[in-house]
Amino acid sequence: MTAAPMITMTGVNKWFGRFHVLKDIDLAVAAGERIVICGPSGSGKSTLIRCINRLEEHDEGRIVIDGIELDEDTRNIAAIRREVGMVFQQFNLFPHLTVLENCVLAQRRARGTPRKEAEARAMHYLERVRIPEQAGKYPARLSGGQQQRVAIARSLCMEPKVMLFDEPTSALDPEMIKEVLDVMIDLAGTGMTMIVVTHEMGFARQVADRMVFMDQGRIVEAASPADFFAAPKSDRASLFLSRILTH
Amino acid sequence: MADGATIEDSQVRLPPRPRRPVWYRRQSFDLLVFALLGAGLVWIAVHGAQSMGYRWQWFRVQRYLWRIVDGEIIWGPLIQGLVVTLQISAIAMAIALALGLVVGLMRLSGGIMAGIVSTAYVEVVRNTPILVQMLIFYFIIAQILGINRFWSGVLCLALYQGAFASEIVRAGILSVRKGQWEAARSLGLGRLDTYRDVVLPQAVPLMLPPLAGVLVNLVKHSSIVSVIAIFDLTTQGRTIVSDTFLAFEIWLTVAALYLVVTLTLSGFVAWLERRVATG
Ligand SMILES: Nc1ncnc2c1ncn2[C@@H]1O[C@H](COP(=O)(O)OP(=O)(O)O)[C@@H](O)[C@H]1O
Ligand SMILES: [Mg+2]
Repeated sequence: MTAAPMITMTGVNKWFGRFHVLKDIDLAVAAGERIVICGPSGSGKSTLIRCINRLEEHDEGRIVIDGIELDEDTRNIAAIRREVGMVFQQFNLFPHLTVLENCVLAQRRARGTPRKEAEARAMHYLERVRIPEQAGKYPARLSGGQQQRVAIARSLCMEPKVMLFDEPTSALDPEMIKEVLDVMIDLAGTGMTMIVVTHEMGFARQVADRMVFMDQGRIVEAASPADFFAAPKSDRASLFLSRILTH
Repeated sequence: MADGATIEDSQVRLPPRPRRPVWYRRQSFDLLVFALLGAGLVWIAVHGAQSMGYRWQWFRVQRYLWRIVDGEIIWGPLIQGLVVTLQISAIAMAIALALGLVVGLMRLSGGIMAGIVSTAYVEVVRNTPILVQMLIFYFIIAQILGINRFWSGVLCLALYQGAFASEIVRAGILSVRKGQWEAARSLGLGRLDTYRDVVLPQAVPLMLPPLAGVLVNLVKHSSIVSVIAIFDLTTQGRTIVSDTFLAFEIWLTVAALYLVVTLTLSGFVAWLERRVATG
């Protein structure tokens, strides 16, 4: 890999009070690379990806995204938020705005895009996630799977270079998981840089360039999906895999 | 709401709800209770007055409301007082709401100075009698600032109700889920945009009912400006009673005028609530 990585985390540490939640995290993600992060609950997966768009602050180490260092400089934080999109477990759509307005708001406010253009782009991405016909509805009237797809479209409207997904299907009924994963697989096909926290191992096998396994705040293992699923190096990873694959 | 929903479906904003029948039934029950209570109160007043040997002279009251001189209407002192009360209340409301918003946001800002100043303000105002505040305002602060009695009254009322409003604003904003802030931030929205476009639109509908209470309180408490000799409705009432000894008639009239104002205000906020709820 000759190109500079899209994301570089070096020696990142973070504490919640006295609780050491991220321990010496080193991770480089190339442009266009798809990373799936897995690990037991409480291992720090969410915290790790939330550090990448500064929803959490790291205490030690460096995080550089597309050449921009994440530090106290608020201009850098604003710049990084424009480049990094995030999809949450609980969707977090704005309930008082229609689907279309959800997709238009940040374009207008954070980018100053004219309304017409913002709406056109919103419809474009709503088509990409296959729900253009829901544009006029309020989120509460959509199913969970539809809401999550709107959330993905809303992020894509900002045309980010990196997309972060924090367990995007964990809050969904089983029959809706596939429609969301299909949209994510599509997105992976466009060359988007993606970091996905998920326990959907079928998705991981199909899409991931690299698997990252976390436990107790550390990256315990990072390997290609083939290697990781066939023969995890650490006992903790094999224990974890045996648990979720039998479920 | 399956995927195959039509365009017509997507234009529908909210499901129709059976508001009318419920509204009608509840309202008529309320009216019944109201009528019974009203009849009871009238009976007590009439009976009490009789046993005191009070002679009702309602016919003398009208001239304190209005007179017709040469075909022209001349507003009497009670209506003039009502106008002053409305002026004071309206200005104080605007200031109280603005103050409530600013102080509420200050308390949430996490800044140390902002936190100390705003918390101190709210605690002092809420834990001292408004009568004492009014006197301190008029005799001390107004002298220092060089403002007249009207503005002393307005500012004191605004400061008092602003403290309560700020608590409501704070609670309303805290009730918006954390994920909403995170989604807004992750989309690159700044603080101001996040408040204006994401948080406040969700928080304000929750704030409206308790804020209506604050506004009604403000109108009622405005009668306290009579202690600094502003000619509001209460002061006018007192002056008339001391001149005419029509204590029952005048005070009941004054109470009815306050009631008209506060009920109108509550009705307006209830209407606003419905409008906000239906988008
Ligand atoms: N804001 C916070 N304050 C204190 N502790 C937190 C906070 N957020 C997460 N934690 C703790 O940090 C640990 C890691 O959390 P998280 O990153 O959410 O794990 P995961 O996503 O892998 O389940 C957990 O033990 C959690 O309780
Ligand atoms: Mg998590």
